[in-house]
Amino acid sequence: MSPAIQLSDINKRFGEVHANKDVNLTVERGTIHGIVGENGAGKSTLMSILYGFYEADSGEVRVGGKPVAIRSPADAIHVGIGMVHQHFMLVETLTVVENVMLGAEGGTMLRAGEAKVRAELARLARDYGLEIDVDAIVGDLSVGLQQRVEILKALYRGADILILDEPTAVLTPPEADALFELLQALKGQGKTVILITHKLREIMAVTDRVSVMRRGEMVATVETKDTSPPELAELMVGRRVLLRVEKSERQPGAPLLEVENLSVIDHRGVQRVASASFKVHAGEIVGIAGVAGNGQSELLEALAGMRQPTVGTIRFEGRHIRLRDYNPHHMRQLGLLHVPEDRLRMGLVPAFPAFESAVLGFSDEPHLGRGPILDHDRMVADLAAKMEHYDVRPPAPRLKTSKFSGGNQQKIVLAREIERNPKVLLVGQPTRGVDIGAIEFIHRRLIALRDAGVGILLVSVELDEIMNLSDRILTMCGGQITGERKPSETSEQDLGLLMAGVADEAA
Amino acid sequence: MSAPIDLPKWADTVVVPALSVVAAFLVAGLVVLGIGENPLTATRVLLQGSLGTGEGLGFTLFYMTDFIFVGLAVAVAFHAGLFNIGGEGQATLAGLGVALVLNNLTFLPGFLLIPLGILGAAAFGAAWAAIPGYLQAKRGSHIVITTIMFNWLASVLIVYLLVNVLREPQSMNPETRAFPEQSYIPFMHEALGAFGIQVPPSQLNLTLFLALAAAYGVWLLIYRSRLGYAIRVVGANPTAAVYAGISPARIIIIAMVISGALAGGLAVNELMGYQHRLLLEFTAGYGFVGIAVALMGRAHPVGIILASLLFGILYQGGAELAFEQPAITRDMVVVIGGIIILFAGALDGLFRRLVAQAMTRSRLARA
Repeated sequence: MSPAIQLSDINKRFGEVHANKDVNLTVERGTIHGIVGENGAGKSTLMSILYGFYEADSGEVRVGGKPVAIRSPADAIHVGIGMVHQHFMLVETLTVVENVMLGAEGGTMLRAGEAKVRAELARLARDYGLEIDVDAIVGDLSVGLQQRVEILKALYRGADILILDEPTAVLTPPEADALFELLQALKGQGKTVILITHKLREIMAVTDRVSVMRRGEMVATVETKDTSPPELAELMVGRRVLLRVEKSERQPGAPLLEVENLSVIDHRGVQRVASASFKVHAGEIVGIAGVAGNGQSELLEALAGMRQPTVGTIRFEGRHIRLRDYNPHHMRQLGLLHVPEDRLRMGLVPAFPAFESAVLGFSDEPHLGRGPILDHDRMVADLAAKMEHYDVRPPAPRLKTSKFSGGNQQKIVLAREIERNPKVLLVGQPTRGVDIGAIEFIHRRLIALRDAGVGILLVSVELDEIMNLSDRILTMCGGQITGERKPSETSEQDLGLLMAGVADEAA
Repeated sequence: MSAPIDLPKWADTVVVPALSVVAAFLVAGLVVLGIGENPLTATRVLLQGSLGTGEGLGFTLFYMTDFIFVGLAVAVAFHAGLFNIGGEGQATLAGLGVALVLNNLTFLPGFLLIPLGILGAAAFGAAWAAIPGYLQAKRGSHIVITTIMFNWLASVLIVYLLVNVLREPQSMNPETRAFPEQSYIPFMHEALGAFGIQVPPSQLNLTLFLALAAAYGVWLLIYRSRLGYAIRVVGANPTAAVYAGISPARIIIIAMVISGALAGGLAVNELMGYQHRLLLEFTAGYGFVGIAVALMGRAHPVGIILASLLFGILYQGGAELAFEQPAITRDMVVVIGGIIILFAGALDGLFRRLVAQAMTRSRLARA
């Protein structure tokens, strides 16, 4: 039987960048095939070629043994390839049925098409256990169910081969488990699944074979049962990496940041944080685990002074701080610094040269210039020193911020905040979109900072990261802190339940 | 899924605007051809009239002075992410400020009165811009809408004041009495004449140097100062500004105040340098030209000076053209100006893409 997909010698260039270099890939029918690689390794480009967003400069695509020319997503759907994007392509105000029909209405009037969709959805629910309320408004569904709608859309269009791009980024651990069961069910029915992810744990759990990409090239394809996460990481990065940074036990010091009954109501009147109380001590990392959108972002922004808390008491180094004095400027002066979740929207100005982004939040510091005028040479020299220290590549302070890779941008932000000797550091998603090599570096820095007596509040949707770095873990769900655990005394299942809001008897 | 177009700086600041101008002249040439005139002759008349004679050059530079001020005004607001369309109204009010200062402090000597008149212009222009700035910052009223409304308010207000309050009782004209003579900003031909350099007389006056100084000041402010840094952060990335502890509301008001003050330079050049009285419609739509100038000059002071020169040539040469070749009316000249604005402002992306493609091709050809 011919393989589901055969890519031979695929090449794709964008200007100077050789995004795919003589890439060969064979995906066997009825398997789950993982594709891993760092950001910019060429995974997305390759999948975009397969799904018709881009055309390859050269090379051949065979689907089911037959050479095909895929010039648009419509062509891809025609040959039985469906894609579930990382960012869902759904109309939130329409129902499930309407979303599935979209683009496949089958005539001027909707009624005939709708009946067909309903019948087909019922069949899919029966065959794969894809249960869903077909008349629900998509915007009211949980993220996991919205993803299910995306999968249904692809299956309804007759997809035999399903590409999933980072499907678990937005899911709770139980939702991710449910997705994996579904993928196994699809495989059981003879469908082929291509899973793009950077989470090695998922690759190990669900795939049959895995292909590794590095710098535009396909460096290996191995049977999943014959490999291990360290081996895959090494293949991705090209050198040995520590997936788990060692840290010593430490006794936390005095409380630095004390939060009591903090609530945040946003401008639409939605309560984002509900009576959160906790402390961050000197020399400890407190991790906040939660599925994206459960109030962690708002909590972090409120603590950084970017967002006005509605009620609550905050003490910094034992001193009570009035809520109306609580602004980013004041808190920076006290020694509470902030590595924001969203680098490009908050932490940097992409259009500025790096040396200007590197003083964001500190442009009033006297040593950066004379009087009202900033000294650019001074700023460039400052950043050049930091770039060497933090191994930022390329070490070019005058280069536009947006031209650096995600990991190097994050290092610029970290260098800016850490080198100003914070007492408390708020850190949001420190390794989002960051390469494995840089992740190791960033984790080492944060632990070194902890060992130097800094109190760190870490918000991350990566459970691995929370487990590896934290001395204590708080879980959040629906704006409430639902539990507290020590990493040594918990498991992903346990945290997953807390993150899903299942009442915590032990706390 | 189109990637943002990244061009080297020289291509972005020189090649693209130059192509826009050439394309605009070609299209304008077709229009001239369409009404049965020879475009080459028209171009010759236009350049000869604006640059070919000392007098013509003087007028060109006079217009350029106006355009530098309004172009800078639009640019400063633009760096804060604001589209200030109210240069017209702000300059009008600045004219009122000039008249109130000069005609009420007639006892002062020139070296005090001239700076005070300039400050009056800046203060009134700034105040008129501060209101839409405040409304945008604190109330979220869109600056484009409010500045347009404030243009109308300014024009109605000035008519009322000139007809009912400020007009000289004996005069039939809606204008103030002449400013005191010591407040006149010297004409260039007088100033140079004092050093023994003879140039033909024109409206050009020393305000040109104030405009060039303002351009330098804006460069220093926007690209080198802490305040300018904050202005650019707010314009480029308002969320990052909040993160940095920069108050976008405060910066929006400050940027509008500076913008309005710069627009006031138009009143200085026109009234203190040339008309020597406040009269109706002295702004002549130049406030709007400032938008085109700022767009074409990429909101950078050097670009604004060059774009102002181009528009100065167009205005002066266009007037000559309408005079020399009656078939090309004043309206036609406005059409040609409009075509340039269209190409320089709105169709800018077209040339960026073409230049980027050409550069990629030549690189591939070399490789």
